Amino acid sequence: MINLVCIICPRGCRLTVDEKHGNAVSGNLCPRGAAYALSEVTDSRRTITSTIKIEGSYCQRCPVKSERPIPKGLMFEAMKELNAASIKAPVKVGDVVLENVCGTGINFISTKTM
Amino acid sequence: MYDVLIIGCGIVGAATAFELSKYDLKVGVLERYNDVANGATKANSAILHAGFDPKPTTKMAPLNVKGVKLAKQICKDMSVEYRELPSLVLAFNERDLKHINVLYKRGLDNGVEGMKILTKEETLTLEPEVAPNVLGALYAPAAIVNPWGYALALAEVAVVNGVKLHLSCEVKAIEKCEDSTFEVTTTGGTFRSKYIVNAAGAFSENIHEMVGGTGFIQDNVCGQYYVLDKSEGKRVNSVIFQCPDERGKGVLVSPTVHGNLIVGPDAYRVNDGDAVATDKDTIHLLKARGMKSVPGINFREVIHEYAGVRPNTQIDDFIIEESPYCKNFVNLAGIKSPGLSAAPAIAIEAAEILASCGLAMNKKDSYETKRECIAFRHLSDEEKIEVIKKNPLYGHIICRCETVTEGEIVDAIHRPIVPRSIDAIKRRCNAGMGRCQGGFCSPKVHEILARELGCSMDDIIMDEDGSYILIGRTKEGIHYEK
Amino acid sequence: MKNNYDVVIIGGGPAGLAAAISAYETGASVLVVERDREVGGILNQCIHNGFGLHYFKEELTGPEYAGKFADKLSQTEADVLIDTMVLKIENAGDIKKVHCISTENGYQIIDAKSVVLCMGCRERTRGAIAIPGDRPAGVLTAGTAQRYVNIEGWMPGKRIVILGSGDIGLIMARRMTLEGAKVLACIELCPYSNGLTRNIVQCLDDFDIPLYLSHTITDIVGRQRVEKVVVSKVDENRMPIPGSEFEIECDTLLLSVGLIPENELTKGAGIELDRRTNGAFVYENMQTSVDGIFASGNVVHVHDLVDFVTAESTKAGKAAAEYALGKRVDSNDCITVNNGPGVNYTVPQRIRTSNLDKVVEVFFRTNAVRGASVIKVLSGDTVVGEYKRERMAPGEMEKIVLPAAKLKALSADITVSVESL
Repeated sequence: MINLVCIICPRGCRLTVDEKHGNAVSGNLCPRGAAYALSEVTDSRRTITSTIKIEGSYCQRCPVKSERPIPKGLMFEAMKELNAASIKAPVKVGDVVLENVCGTGINFISTKTM
Repeated sequence: MYDVLIIGCGIVGAATAFELSKYDLKVGVLERYNDVANGATKANSAILHAGFDPKPTTKMAPLNVKGVKLAKQICKDMSVEYRELPSLVLAFNERDLKHINVLYKRGLDNGVEGMKILTKEETLTLEPEVAPNVLGALYAPAAIVNPWGYALALAEVAVVNGVKLHLSCEVKAIEKCEDSTFEVTTTGGTFRSKYIVNAAGAFSENIHEMVGGTGFIQDNVCGQYYVLDKSEGKRVNSVIFQCPDERGKGVLVSPTVHGNLIVGPDAYRVNDGDAVATDKDTIHLLKARGMKSVPGINFREVIHEYAGVRPNTQIDDFIIEESPYCKNFVNLAGIKSPGLSAAPAIAIEAAEILASCGLAMNKKDSYETKRECIAFRHLSDEEKIEVIKKNPLYGHIICRCETVTEGEIVDAIHRPIVPRSIDAIKRRCNAGMGRCQGGFCSPKVHEILARELGCSMDDIIMDEDGSYILIGRTKEGIHYEK
Repeated sequence: MKNNYDVVIIGGGPAGLAAAISAYETGASVLVVERDREVGGILNQCIHNGFGLHYFKEELTGPEYAGKFADKLSQTEADVLIDTMVLKIENAGDIKKVHCISTENGYQIIDAKSVVLCMGCRERTRGAIAIPGDRPAGVLTAGTAQRYVNIEGWMPGKRIVILGSGDIGLIMARRMTLEGAKVLACIELCPYSNGLTRNIVQCLDDFDIPLYLSHTITDIVGRQRVEKVVVSKVDENRMPIPGSEFEIECDTLLLSVGLIPENELTKGAGIELDRRTNGAFVYENMQTSVDGIFASGNVVHVHDLVDFVTAESTKAGKAAAEYALGKRVDSNDCITVNNGPGVNYTVPQRIRTSNLDKVVEVFFRTNAVRGASVIKVLSGDTVVGEYKRERMAPGEMEKIVLPAAKLKALSADITVSVESL
């Protein structure tokens, strides 16, 4: 049995995954919890939020996020790629600022129009 | 070659510098910190005492009474926050009643004007928040002041009058040369002077020892205080003292010129003249002791605590004299309470001692005694409108708690004594002194300082040299630890 | 630039933006006064995700959430003054005079028929909780650090200890770690965390950052810059236990020890404050004790979720517009919402039942971590409502929905209480 706390929403359901019985999930109050629990035990992923260097704006950093959660084990590798990158203003919310991070096929996008 | 070098730029050094700047002399001031007023002057009770406390035979008594009279004009001329208000020494028992009568008589001997012994009813009418078990009080006129602003103003006008201020110059050695002048080695260079004034506060003994002096022993005392939000600032409208009891001199409750309330100090000996740490057990006891005088104080409104060193010696008086061990070396030592009150009078005495040592003192034809400084928060609505018209930067609030504008901060940076740290701006403009303690404004002050001084954000420090705030940019030179 | 409006909103953070849009949609002319260089408030520096799950049914970052409202507002005819600070609000009967200053426009006095206070909150400081010790650089609130890191792009330190496990502290633990700092510990005075559980998991557990519950910092050491902190275990009265001290060498101490509604303007306008929330007493439509002055968001009570700030401010903006347009007359019949056992505060504190449509939402916090519990709303012996919860914690704001019909039938005040089952 694996005990988890669901991080999908602020409710924070206490989940149990029974790996001996086909990863049956209990304790979830919604279907998203079951999906989270399954992915957490098989392929744990996190959305990364950070900033990227930007030139030509009133600020020198632009907030960004990974479009989708990336494998948890790649978080620091992804940060290294992000630290090395730089963009130029203007940028709109949703614009891709760094493509295919760590070969995952997932992009970093801007979360602010600057 | 200086005629006079003053060691230390707290209130005593600054007042002496201002006094000497009226004369045709080459005067230098050596300050070990990167700003003035960074020792005892910035952490005390901020009170200009009436003068009933020192015994009449001491040097303290006449200098206290004379000093507060001079302070009134200086503060007015130099835009220093200053407010006159009553002081009350409360009596809670028979012994206290006897004590306030002793103080009353002592005050008369010292030449204090306007004192009265108040009955219980008179005390409670004047200060309804005082504990109802009070039996009476000694009333005397007093004042509160911005102590670091006072020292800064004096130092600044002295600089305008030609005094050279050397910051970040900690004195390491003093040599008496063959021509009987002094060579002073500091962390910021070597200086020569004919005369030396020792105004080194808690470190006066160390400085005196450098010329072979002994005779007084530094016996510094530390005290801690609470600062409460402005919501408590009108709890009382007098400085409220207690009579001494078995626990010591008693804790005072006082409004500040900034509109806050302070409660403190306790008193304990410290070896370290730099001791400014607070500790939980000690400061916690202040609450009950303050509430003995004013039971209604709401300590939920505390915004800050501080500790300050009082430069005491084993002699129960100021030490103001040419050193018996070294000619042309004048000690202004042991300037504990009422040192802030006495400072301008001490400075005049220092000048007289220098003259009696043989220094030729010729008054200049003209010198500055005034200084203008705008504090936006103290202006009327009409004055605010005008000042923003003249300089639109006064329309940009940087510190929301204390209503401090960008105009004031930029002006402060371009004054004769340049502030180089966030706390130096705090001391000059009040930004960061309020209830959020700089949480919102310190990054903005930081940016303005870097911009106006033409340096990088990570060159700006919080207070003393070495008190760095930032370690570098994000995204640059990052190594992830495993 | 006009100098009179139906509704003036003070603050352009999430509360002010929602109130402005709502007031505009109700038909009022609207001005938002914002002290910063852009609207969005503190959301601009909250670059992490987790916002909007209730309101937009999707997970957004702070700037994205604020951006959606800022875009919507920019499509209305509402005016916005940026870099403008309100100095005071004068209550001249039917007209409120809003005094504000800016470099651009100087000193302005703007007339408003109604005002919505949306000034938000500030962080509790070292001074307020009297952490003893030296006074070095490197002690800062989590929010100040967040501004340096996320907006300015500067790192305030390399080896970090965090005091307090509120959400901002937890979020900053992750942010500092991702930006290359080492977060050594998170220290929490209470025997439970004050942050959301999901943040414990993804901000501390993911990076193996230890959380010390029932611990506090009893000394800060360092003359110029923090060199170490002393941590002590605390007893059930939250007093440090002598002998339990241990040291952590670090260069930075971040404080996440609570938020305080910022009500200096509120006090200046003569509005009655509730000691329990540190915000104004409010009625069911977010009106304060002064006619025509409304308040919403963190200036009233500190929220955990911006979604609820938006909902509350939408209500306030609508009510402020209706007041300004003379669309409603408030009756004086009023019931008070009292705090029973287990309840720290409620918002609203007062309900005018004749103003109610179908229901009224009451928000509150419980005073302890609880398992299965029941929330009871009583009026004398009459049960107005009972609501079950699986678990409750002071860190998580509760909401109950009371039917108007039941309240209208009451003759006495109501009391909200919580009992563990």
